Amino acid sequence: MDKIFRVNMSDLTCKVEKVPAEFVTLGGRALTSTIVAAEVPPMCHPLGPNNKLVFAPGQLSGTAAAQSGRMSAGAKSPLTGTIKESNAGGTTAQQFAKMGIKAMIIEGQPKDNKWYRLHVTMDGVTFEDASELVGKQNFAVIDAMNAKYDTKIGVMTIGVPGENRLAAANISVKDPDQKIRSHGRGGLGAVMGSKMIKCITVDATGAGKVEIADPEKFRAAAKVFAKGMLDHPVTGEGLPIYGTNVLINILNEAGGLPTKNFKYGQCEHHDKVSGETMHDTIAGRPNGHTKHGCHAGCIIQCSQVYVDEKGEYITSGFEYETVWGLGINCLIEDLDDCARIDNAMDNIGIDSIEGAVLLAVAMEAGVLPWGDGKEGLRIMNEEIGKCTPIGRILGNGTGSVGQAFGLTRVPVVKNQGIPAYDPRSVKGIGITYATSTQGADHTAGYTIATNILKVGGFVDPLSKDGQVELSRNLQIATTAVDSTGMCIFVAFPCLDIPEVMPAMVDMIAARYGVDMSVDDFVGMGAKILKMEKEFNTAAGFTAEDDRLPEFFEYEPIPPHNAVWDFTPAEIDEVWNF
Amino acid sequence: MKITVKLFAGFRDNRFKMAEQDFPEAATVGDILTALNIDGPELGVALIDGRHVLPEQVLVDGQILSLFPKVGGG
Ligand code: SF4
Repeated sequence: MDKIFRVNMSDLTCKVEKVPAEFVTLGGRALTSTIVAAEVPPMCHPLGPNNKLVFAPGQLSGTAAAQSGRMSAGAKSPLTGTIKESNAGGTTAQQFAKMGIKAMIIEGQPKDNKWYRLHVTMDGVTFEDASELVGKQNFAVIDAMNAKYDTKIGVMTIGVPGENRLAAANISVKDPDQKIRSHGRGGLGAVMGSKMIKCITVDATGAGKVEIADPEKFRAAAKVFAKGMLDHPVTGEGLPIYGTNVLINILNEAGGLPTKNFKYGQCEHHDKVSGETMHDTIAGRPNGHTKHGCHAGCIIQCSQVYVDEKGEYITSGFEYETVWGLGINCLIEDLDDCARIDNAMDNIGIDSIEGAVLLAVAMEAGVLPWGDGKEGLRIMNEEIGKCTPIGRILGNGTGSVGQAFGLTRVPVVKNQGIPAYDPRSVKGIGITYATSTQGADHTAGYTIATNILKVGGFVDPLSKDGQVELSRNLQIATTAVDSTGMCIFVAFPCLDIPEVMPAMVDMIAARYGVDMSVDDFVGMGAKILKMEKEFNTAAGFTAEDDRLPEFFEYEPIPPHNAVWDFTPAEIDEVWNF
Repeated sequence: MKITVKLFAGFRDNRFKMAEQDFPEAATVGDILTALNIDGPELGVALIDGRHVLPEQVLVDGQILSLFPKVGGG
């Protein structure tokens, strides 16, 4: 029987609760957002005792479904002030699902001002003294936990910036190779720090299999689904070979690659850090792996292991958005330097998108020279990682840096850094940035698929036509997919191959023994998205917050010299459903 | 007419990254794909001077044509 662990940090108790009937078929984002919306007072301080941090594995996590091993973390975000859901691979989603933990809700704050490690077992949660872990960064915490238990122990941890409640801090999750995946966006590491939890260890001893109500139906659907992943050229071929970083060149050609803190739409040295170059670099070095999965059961394997010339590990999970942010937007031309900064961000535990976007604004502010990868690395480790005064200004995110230095070209929406696709020349994604319940987030409604990659049809990126509808439909569908435990890349086959989406829904129906149509599934997405929006409204957000920064309206971006030209009324149409 | 052709991802295998090539007047994107021995269905995205075009698009002397197989990320 599935259960919910309710962890109270104020009195250091863990209650094991029955799963309410209305939660039974929920998972991932649908469940974290439902719980946050129901239990967190929208006006509360995100770092105060009334915020709650909720973990929930996806609906299909722990099953044999391909791509399903992602965990959602939710809370009110200290970066955006909105509701937040951030999902990540690693090992804990599958552990939780197999242990029958539908969700873990962490509330309150300790009265004794002591640091704790939560130790999760089948029976509940115990509160361990974490004083020896305090001050350690993530890899050291993982090493210490592997030494204390064994490498099977699940670990979710925060670095020093998380301890210090910086708004760019993430929650790092150990992956099957003892490296790190992240609940990256929105500062959830600061929420964990505010509850004085340095680390969460998960011991899955005694866990069984995830119960499947209709195994035959499940097996048949899982087969169709996996075949779709392998048959689609993007998930079957493009992503495994080149990783997500293949996007550098295509965004550059299309003029939508934000360069030098969003001044230009193309970058002279793009090929130095492109996916093609990265592939050849990794393939040409000893111990390099061009394919890698962020959790067991990933058959796409978009990730990689990036090594130096001698074959020593530098980083893994080196995504397009991070390479873009460092290699293009900060003009750091040396891919090895970018990889080292990526690893440093994993280690200190800050979101690698926010970290890269804020670094470009810091360059514009003159904190460090443009393109200086060595200084960028030093700043990560020595300033943000150690929470010096300047490190705190930086580590509180892009908006914080812009404000501290009096800048206007500060790419944020709801105070969250805008990632790797320029909204002036790829207009659909601008609608997503403006209106997402999560602050600027490309994954919330990834119009790049249709605006740039011609997946799921084509909507001209430079025209306003069709963008609002595209973004709305994708935001609804993504909310649903974020609930399954699957990574966003399943969307490519879902958009192009008719059997894939029904197969995914059939797996959920078979898992829980319920009737569910694709319409029901998408309907759940719409309902959750509206629920998130209502939370934000109750937290004080209005339509005026669903806007891009003003500079996008008056600074044309070359080569197309495009500006952001949607009227407020046009943007607000997103919510017309 | 002279067209600068830029190839990306798997299209580079056994071909080139970038080359200025001669094509007959009024050649289409499809004609250039044929000349490069690329099957139509393999094409993901074709851009001329940074704008998405269809295989029927006729090229004009001096243009830059960028060709991508079906790729994605996010
Ligand atoms: S495709 Fe990439 S993001 Fe998706 S599950 Fe695999 S490694 Fe993780």
